[in-house]
Amino acid sequence: MKRLPVLALLLWICCVFYVGIFLFVGGFLLVRLEVNRTSSCKDVLPPASNSTSPDFCHESPRVRRVVILIVDALKAEFARYDPGNVSPRPFENKLPVLGETTSSRPSHARLYTFRADPPTTTMQRIKGFTTGSLPTFIDVGNNFASSAVLEDNLIHQLGQAGKRVVFMGDDTWVSLFPKKFHRSLPFPSFNVKDLHTVDNGILQNIFPIMDGDDWDVLIAHFLGVDHCGHRFGPDHPAMAEKLTQMDGVIRSVIKRLQDDTLLVVMGDHGMTDTGDHGGESQKETDAALFLYSGSPLFPAPDAQQVEPEVVPQTDLVPTLALLLGIPIPYSSVGQVMLQLFPSSLDAPVGLSQGEALWINVKQVHRFLETYSSMAKDIPADSLSQLRTLFSQISDQYLSSIRDGTPPSPQLVASMQEYLNSVRETCRASWARFNPLKMAAGLLVLGFGCTLCYVISELSVVVLEGAMLKTPVLAGLLVGGAVAVGQIFILGYAEVSWCLGAAVLCAEALFLWQARRVCPRGRLSHWHLLTLPLLMLLLRCASLLSDSYVISEGRVVTFLLFSLGLYFPLQLNWDGLLVPAPSTDTQKPHGLLAPSLPPSVVRRESGTLLICTGILVACLYLSLSFHSCREEQGACQPSVFLTPLSRVQDSRLRNLHYVLSLASLSAWAFLLHRWLRHYGNLNCTGVCVFTARCLLPLASICMGLHWAVSATPEDTFRNLAELIRLAQVILPRLAFSLLGLGMLLLWLDPLTVFLKTRAPLNSRGSVMPPPRYRASTGISPQAELHHLIPQLYQRIRQSLDDEGAKGTDPDGRPAVEAYGLGTVYSAPLVLLCGLMGLGMLLLHPEGMALSFLLLLLQAAAILHLHASSSNLSSLQSQSSLFSVPWAPVVLWSLAASQFFHATGHLPTFPSIQWGAAFVGFPQGHTGTVLPATLVTLNTFSSQILFAVGCPLLLFWPLVCELRGTRTSRSGGGEDGDEVVMEMRLRENPQQFSSALLQLTARYLFINGAQVLASVCAAAILRRHLMVWKVFAPKLMFEASAFIVGSVFVLVGVALVMRVDSAVARLFQRLLPESSR
Amino acid sequence: MWEVEIRGMASAHALLAGSVLVGSLVPALSVENFSVYGTHLVWLYSVCGCVAIVNITVFWLLGISPPTKKHTLSYKLSRLIRSCVYFLLSCLFFHTVVVLYGASLLESALETFSLAVLLSTLTTLRCLCMLGPNVQAWIRVFSRDGAMSVWDTSLQITTGCSVVGAWLGAFPIPLDWDRPWQVWPVSCSLGATGGFLTGLLAAPIWIRWHRKQLTYKLK
Repeated sequence: MKRLPVLALLLWICCVFYVGIFLFVGGFLLVRLEVNRTSSCKDVLPPASNSTSPDFCHESPRVRRVVILIVDALKAEFARYDPGNVSPRPFENKLPVLGETTSSRPSHARLYTFRADPPTTTMQRIKGFTTGSLPTFIDVGNNFASSAVLEDNLIHQLGQAGKRVVFMGDDTWVSLFPKKFHRSLPFPSFNVKDLHTVDNGILQNIFPIMDGDDWDVLIAHFLGVDHCGHRFGPDHPAMAEKLTQMDGVIRSVIKRLQDDTLLVVMGDHGMTDTGDHGGESQKETDAALFLYSGSPLFPAPDAQQVEPEVVPQTDLVPTLALLLGIPIPYSSVGQVMLQLFPSSLDAPVGLSQGEALWINVKQVHRFLETYSSMAKDIPADSLSQLRTLFSQISDQYLSSIRDGTPPSPQLVASMQEYLNSVRETCRASWARFNPLKMAAGLLVLGFGCTLCYVISELSVVVLEGAMLKTPVLAGLLVGGAVAVGQIFILGYAEVSWCLGAAVLCAEALFLWQARRVCPRGRLSHWHLLTLPLLMLLLRCASLLSDSYVISEGRVVTFLLFSLGLYFPLQLNWDGLLVPAPSTDTQKPHGLLAPSLPPSVVRRESGTLLICTGILVACLYLSLSFHSCREEQGACQPSVFLTPLSRVQDSRLRNLHYVLSLASLSAWAFLLHRWLRHYGNLNCTGVCVFTARCLLPLASICMGLHWAVSATPEDTFRNLAELIRLAQVILPRLAFSLLGLGMLLLWLDPLTVFLKTRAPLNSRGSVMPPPRYRASTGISPQAELHHLIPQLYQRIRQSLDDEGAKGTDPDGRPAVEAYGLGTVYSAPLVLLCGLMGLGMLLLHPEGMALSFLLLLLQAAAILHLHASSSNLSSLQSQSSLFSVPWAPVVLWSLAASQFFHATGHLPTFPSIQWGAAFVGFPQGHTGTVLPATLVTLNTFSSQILFAVGCPLLLFWPLVCELRGTRTSRSGGGEDGDEVVMEMRLRENPQQFSSALLQLTARYLFINGAQVLASVCAAAILRRHLMVWKVFAPKLMFEASAFIVGSVFVLVGVALVMRVDSAVARLFQRLLPESSR
Repeated sequence: MWEVEIRGMASAHALLAGSVLVGSLVPALSVENFSVYGTHLVWLYSVCGCVAIVNITVFWLLGISPPTKKHTLSYKLSRLIRSCVYFLLSCLFFHTVVVLYGASLLESALETFSLAVLLSTLTTLRCLCMLGPNVQAWIRVFSRDGAMSVWDTSLQITTGCSVVGAWLGAFPIPLDWDRPWQVWPVSCSLGATGGFLTGLLAAPIWIRWHRKQLTYKLK
């Protein structure tokens, strides 16, 4: 078979899609330029006035020292205190100190809701409330590799002003601000399961440091509450414990606070009801902010000024800066909290409200000017509007200073309005797209889908014609030309445009070539309108509506169900499901369409109906493993999604454990059973070693690991050390066993056992041609069933040529080959099994049930396809191995279905970060390994179905109709026997073209879904839900495609590997037997 | 001959379509506060009843159903009982299918069952009237060469249209439009009824259009 051309074509298709995705995403996801300038004391006030001293840094500030306690994920709800609540839940009323202080000392303390900007991940938030700028979507991915903040920020300014900043807690800060702290005590933050290390580390150090005098700003970042949320969710006794601890900390800090010190207690973000964060729901964005000062800082509560309830997170930056008497960071777009400054009537120390606002306005204006000169993404009309507003404000303020009167309330209001509108303008323009790139990406993807379709329809012609070379060369040339042109004209070359031009040119050329060589009528568009492709169309259309994306799991299941019912209905419509009525046999034979014997039809349609039933049952049961999006109001996430360690009821936990264990063993047993049934476990190769030993061993490791991780922490105190060790060793052992298995599988994928029977009478000088029997079973009956007299047509023919004289049937030496009939599918099934186990290990334990369903459903689809193609084998005119659209669509949609049914959702907060800690409970040092683990966890169903995709080609051969013709023609031994997958060796041309066709169809279906979600993002880019629904969906769909296509290539490569191994086997056999 | 048969079928279909209309009008005149969305089940059952009555009457009068070999009372009675059992079974079957399609299992089970009754009335009842309680014949009719008369073809078309209509009716349910007809099972039952009416209209037209290609084996 043609191995290299098939792989090259597939690789090329994948590359085309990657370039399309890259182009579109480059134009769609927004980027903000970072302004790397810093403010200094000199540029704060100079032209403002002469009334205040020219250099305000040296003026005595309103607050000398600040203690900032950051309690990660301190949700606004946690800080509220309701004395009337008699039976508070674990997270309610646990921080009474905040409420008590605000009510008893209203001029010293305030409690606000502190609203973060999405994304609500810790690193983004730290950046947000130190630089005061707004994040963009592109920042999301950096959570693992937090690198230093280059923009101007509070910490930098504090250092410039000579303030001693002492930091302790979450070590993210140290990587963000390396060498900026006077003293820092970082503690590891990555291990989500560890509730106490960071907090206890802070508690040991904070009070001695506070009592000492070697600090001006003290930052302490507690992580316990956040980790508790991640691990147990907010509604858990551990949360109450943690919050009570925080209450104690705040109390003792307040007790030690001096009069010139400000205490800031804040949460960086909130959390959802399940304890996750990252999105933009109000539960995630609303944190608490508590301000307390030893001396009265706030106006009396009866002042006429209406204080805001909600404070945006960026507003803390200018406020703290001006309170401490340092310049506001250059690119901050926040607005000072006026209530912390004295209204100008009584100006004892520090800045008055008017002055503070004016400084703020000037700083924001300067930033806007700098930014708009650097980047052109802020629209000119709103920029000019802002400029006129600023000049008005400036005139009014300066005149009021000249007059010596305090700024009027109208002026204050207009300054606030200016700041608000700048913030809104920035927010809007940092959500700005590059339409040209988006259009190019769309075009490339659209052409890519057409390409896939053409290749799948013309796979034979494409493989014969070697049509790839010219387009790729032309594409490279054009890409190079574009690059050279860009360098000449612009001075630099933009990668995306070169790639885009290259790929577009190659695609166009390929399509043109295909059009020329395509036989007439092959590419008719009418058979596109069959039901399977209609389902695909519906699926793609559903990606264009936010409601359907939100309930995507159910939509996919609905479509799959309809497609599953299509099989029996279609076969019945064609009259193939029931045996042909007996009246027909009286007709003359010439008119009679060839039909299968009734018993075979009955058996096959029985299998078909049973498989449909299993498929439907799997679909229905898989609905109970779904997780919930925040948009789905009354929805309960599946109970199987909670890790066992979180389940509090011990009986329920045991039940879950037993269920998971049962499905795990069922998974291993079914694989073993299948391999044994087809005789693939007889040889002594390493592959069998994998199946016989590694697979069960790995499952045992997993079962033990689940048991260990499910034990509550405090049950076996004396065994704690051992348990901790087991939590590291067991999963790593399972991973390495599985990895070893896959490696061995790759090295020697053959599962064939050859048994040579000594010839009875081999005395003749000329060896009679051997008679090959390939057997798949172990028992004699099974052997009879799977008898393969013709092992390999070509060998036989060559042998026949060699010694055509001796044809005595008894004199032939016979070679029996066990497992030859499933030589291609066995390694693939085994690989899927191993990978499935590995990915199951990355999931919560309860997902074992869902993985078992996945296995069952995949088997049901395969058998459905096999028996339907058996039933229609005599009717179909298509080429020998060609896989029709319906099973491929079914297979591909099942991948999306199980993406949802393994508890995943296309949203960022629902990513199961816990996967990164399986086997690494202490956290990681690098970023590659955790990212890989999380990717494997997220796209596990896509990976499994992608690797298993070639099985669709093999299964009809595995389930080939046995003994139909032999029984009729009286047991003819030659030619018509069951050869199973050896048919593929007999027709290598058709095999490679069918494989190419199948894979191209699979890629087409996945690519069409990517195209649809890209279209959705492009068309609905101003939609309310774009950042909440469509952009994450696009990211997930594109990543799923990339991961899936890589693993499709892996699956195809394994098939190639098996093929070459089989070829070598036959080569080895040939000289031996003909000697 | 074609003309006669088609005309006969068209008038029978007109009667059936009329029965849907009557089924909607009767409760509108007799029941207080009636609306198709608000008191949906009333509408549904009244349509079911009217369609069932008209269906049975029309086919009994026309004598389409296969000629029975025996004319004894007990045989007829057993046929009747078997038909009733089949109808009930088909209701249960549709209920199961609808639940498997994603309807909630316990909540609003009555609504789901009512939809199943409607679907059975629109599809199974016609099968029962035309082919008798004979599952083999039903399976035979729904294959490409299975139709043996214009009536069989019309049965294929109307049944297919009703089921597809109900299937399409499920599409608007997840949308966030908050319309009264998105409530379960309003859109599905409206879809099924709409599909049925479309099928009634389409069948004579389609048969007339394809009368050259249609060849029926003699019974």
